[in-house]
Amino acid sequence: MSIGAGVPRDRAKRLLGGRGRFVDDISMPRLLHLAFVRSPYAHARIEAIDCLAARALKGVVAVLTAAEISDAVASWRAEHKLFPTMAAPEQFALATDVVRWQGEAVAAVVAESRAVAEDGAELVAVAWAELPAVVDAKDALAPDAPRLHDHMDGNLAYTAEIAAGDTKAAFERAGHVAEEHFRFHRHTGVSLEPRGIIAEFEPSEDRLTVHQSHQTPHQQQDLYARLLGLPEHKVRVICPDVGGAFGLKHHLMADELVACVAAKLLARPIKYIADRLESFLADVHCRDHEVTARMAFSASGDILAIEVDDLFNAGAYGQYPRTSIAEGNQISRLTGAPYGHEHYRANLTMAFLNKSILGHIRSVGHPIACAVAERLIDLGAAKLGLDPIELRRRNYLHGDDFPRTSVGGIEFEYLSLRDCLDKALAMFDVPRFREKQAALRAKGVYQGLGIATFVELTAIGPEYYGEGGQHISAQETCQIRLEASGLVRCYTGATDQGQGIDTGVQQVVAATLGVPLEAVEVVSGDSALCPVGGGSWGSRGAALAGEAALRAAATLRRNVLSIAASLLQKDPADLDIRAGWVMEAATTHMSVAEIARIGHFQPYSIPDGIAADLTVVERYASKDRLFLAGNGIQLATIEVDVDSGIVTPLRHLVVHDCGRILNPMLVREQIRGGVVQGIGSALYEELRYDNGGHLLTGSFADYLVPMAGEMPDIDVAHIETPTATSQLGVKGAGEAGTAGAVGAILNAVNDAIAPLDATIAEVPVTPPRLLKALGRI
Amino acid sequence: MKTRRIALTVNGETVEREVPVRQNLVDFLRHDLGFTGSHVGCEQGACGACTVVLDDQTVRGCLVLAVQADGATVETIEGVQLDDLRAAFHRLNALQCGFCTPGMLLSARELLRDNPNPSRQQIRDYLSGNFCRCTGYQAIVDAVETVALERLP
Repeated sequence: MSIGAGVPRDRAKRLLGGRGRFVDDISMPRLLHLAFVRSPYAHARIEAIDCLAARALKGVVAVLTAAEISDAVASWRAEHKLFPTMAAPEQFALATDVVRWQGEAVAAVVAESRAVAEDGAELVAVAWAELPAVVDAKDALAPDAPRLHDHMDGNLAYTAEIAAGDTKAAFERAGHVAEEHFRFHRHTGVSLEPRGIIAEFEPSEDRLTVHQSHQTPHQQQDLYARLLGLPEHKVRVICPDVGGAFGLKHHLMADELVACVAAKLLARPIKYIADRLESFLADVHCRDHEVTARMAFSASGDILAIEVDDLFNAGAYGQYPRTSIAEGNQISRLTGAPYGHEHYRANLTMAFLNKSILGHIRSVGHPIACAVAERLIDLGAAKLGLDPIELRRRNYLHGDDFPRTSVGGIEFEYLSLRDCLDKALAMFDVPRFREKQAALRAKGVYQGLGIATFVELTAIGPEYYGEGGQHISAQETCQIRLEASGLVRCYTGATDQGQGIDTGVQQVVAATLGVPLEAVEVVSGDSALCPVGGGSWGSRGAALAGEAALRAAATLRRNVLSIAASLLQKDPADLDIRAGWVMEAATTHMSVAEIARIGHFQPYSIPDGIAADLTVVERYASKDRLFLAGNGIQLATIEVDVDSGIVTPLRHLVVHDCGRILNPMLVREQIRGGVVQGIGSALYEELRYDNGGHLLTGSFADYLVPMAGEMPDIDVAHIETPTATSQLGVKGAGEAGTAGAVGAILNAVNDAIAPLDATIAEVPVTPPRLLKALGRI
Repeated sequence: MKTRRIALTVNGETVEREVPVRQNLVDFLRHDLGFTGSHVGCEQGACGACTVVLDDQTVRGCLVLAVQADGATVETIEGVQLDDLRAAFHRLNALQCGFCTPGMLLSARELLRDNPNPSRQQIRDYLSGNFCRCTGYQAIVDAVETVALERLP
């Protein structure tokens, strides 16, 4: 059976040969290149734009500003009907009169090469009138703060409260209260391949063809059609090899839209590839939250109540089309979700301020929800004088608690929290570490152990964006064609950015149909060829596209067996397909290829009334549930150099439950990669701005990412609790590593420095922050 | 725009081209010669995606100008024999999106040439000039270590 086997990915071979086909590898006749003039200010009025010198430069074909493109492209607002009071200011492809973040594009130079386009961009003279900027959410909400959007009373984008029970009374009767004020700084996705697009327009047909490094071709097809006023079936979005995405590449980006507009206006193919500085400045960002939270415990260690106040920001606008609310929404619903308690209050407040837009990047909000609760548990354990591991076990939801709708309003089918903990403890000898830790402390070496339990919301259901008014499919459809050769082509709406969903779908189809893996080819990432689907984000591919593939393969199998039974004069119930052959018990009758040949070329051999379709389509959409919840635990050990403030990860362990596992190797590698991204945000990665809203970390020299030398080996183990909501039983896995790593590392650092009477609640835990916490600077 | 004529050997082929003096080597290889296996990730020598081999040493293709390669021998991922490394990377899933992979393979090749029996930490240190955002590095280290052991007599 190919399901459950750790088979390697077909696509990887081409990439290993250096024969990948990323967007910037594609060229075409008469291709033009785009470079942007971006605002050097975080907030400024555009008084005038002088493009004469740029237009006169040899090789420049056009210089476009908002004035030139306003008739060709519509504006948009990031609205969501589930959050009807959320402010959604109008956005434009190029800034019109005011820029609201450093890096916002005001003009686009189209030229015969990228180098000449950049030369031209330098010649565009913009007369700016700088305006006061706000770069901190608290400052942005002050009564006298400079306003970003004139039509609004202030900079409050959204505020909400989620409450269950009576937290006030619970805190009053609490034996102990743990409280902390957290700061999670802004970072971004940092795909190694920057965003990129090639747009071609055929005026005689009104046809737009886009090659784009993106996760969601159908979403982009819909957006480009609507914003450019084109019929949707005249727009085709192809996602070739994508060099990492991590959520960064499932939004509408204004600069990419400008490439489409330019292609339409000039009727020539236009390429735009973001450079690294543009990526740091103008990609969507994530996190940037200030969280105050407290947890009430009974005298014996039961969690009684949790209160969370999350203050964050959307950047200058809401992210389109998904909006910027999700991080705060997840934090307000998920904090403390693994634990049984009845009293809960969460307030979220989202401001606008003068930075790039906050989007959805791997594990949206989860790392913060996890880190906050897990830190409070450790603080509570210290107050209670209890072992933090036992305090967790005591409070985990378990057994009869399920199914359960959490106090944050999330439905949990089942969470295997105790099983994950037990497995982690079997893999890591905590008492031995504690002995070693104590011995090392005596020598002035400070090591720490941190644990984080996490719940991961995966495979979002259709209600969230369906009710929200977004044209984002949470349904997946799979088309399978049994070709005349007997080989199978499978078209999925999921997309593969290296995580391996193509291989997962291939395994499901091969196993369900009963053919060898190499008999199945998966086609993805093309909005014209593939059935409408959501692409890949939110840990959805295996659970949703996998289930659709299973259903389609089961239908094709039924049809193949119906034809075989008719030809053989047998009962289809007595027949089976194994390894590409129709079998009756141990007797081999005929090959699937033979049935394909007859089905396509001698269909007259098949009587009427037999289901003989060899191209089948099935779909899957979840019903009555917003998410499929996975869960897990991470355990990290680190060493703190108390003189330099450098934190070195030593060992990292993950035990995770994503239900049934299609491919253990690919799941393990997803988790490891996610952990390292989480370690990056815990220790290194930060988009720092000065008080005027100028980015200080616009290169890899200033924005640090994890490299091989600093990273630990990461052990991964699984508990498999299949979901009963689908036949396949899969829950998502792609974000699990990131969800728990920050909490585990933060707890480990605090464990290490506890003997020095120091604590830290600000990430990334950089050397200066840690030395400050230690009182060394 | 100032140009200059250069002649060099790329993946065993002799090429002669007129290039802008400001053009870097990786752009020349990618856009003039079509060797798109070398990638561009940061253009400041930090990420390693543009790693190519210039006269037997790995270099950042974004930090070398095309004119500096005049008379040199250049190898890119398309031109090197690395069957065992490629097979190990494939088998162990030591790549996801594959954007860093050409640079990673060329760095790993150089490491194993200069140090046939590296420790895991030596592998990690040597590959620390190649940023990978997908894998978390462990599978890459495993693959390089596996090949080193396979190659030992």
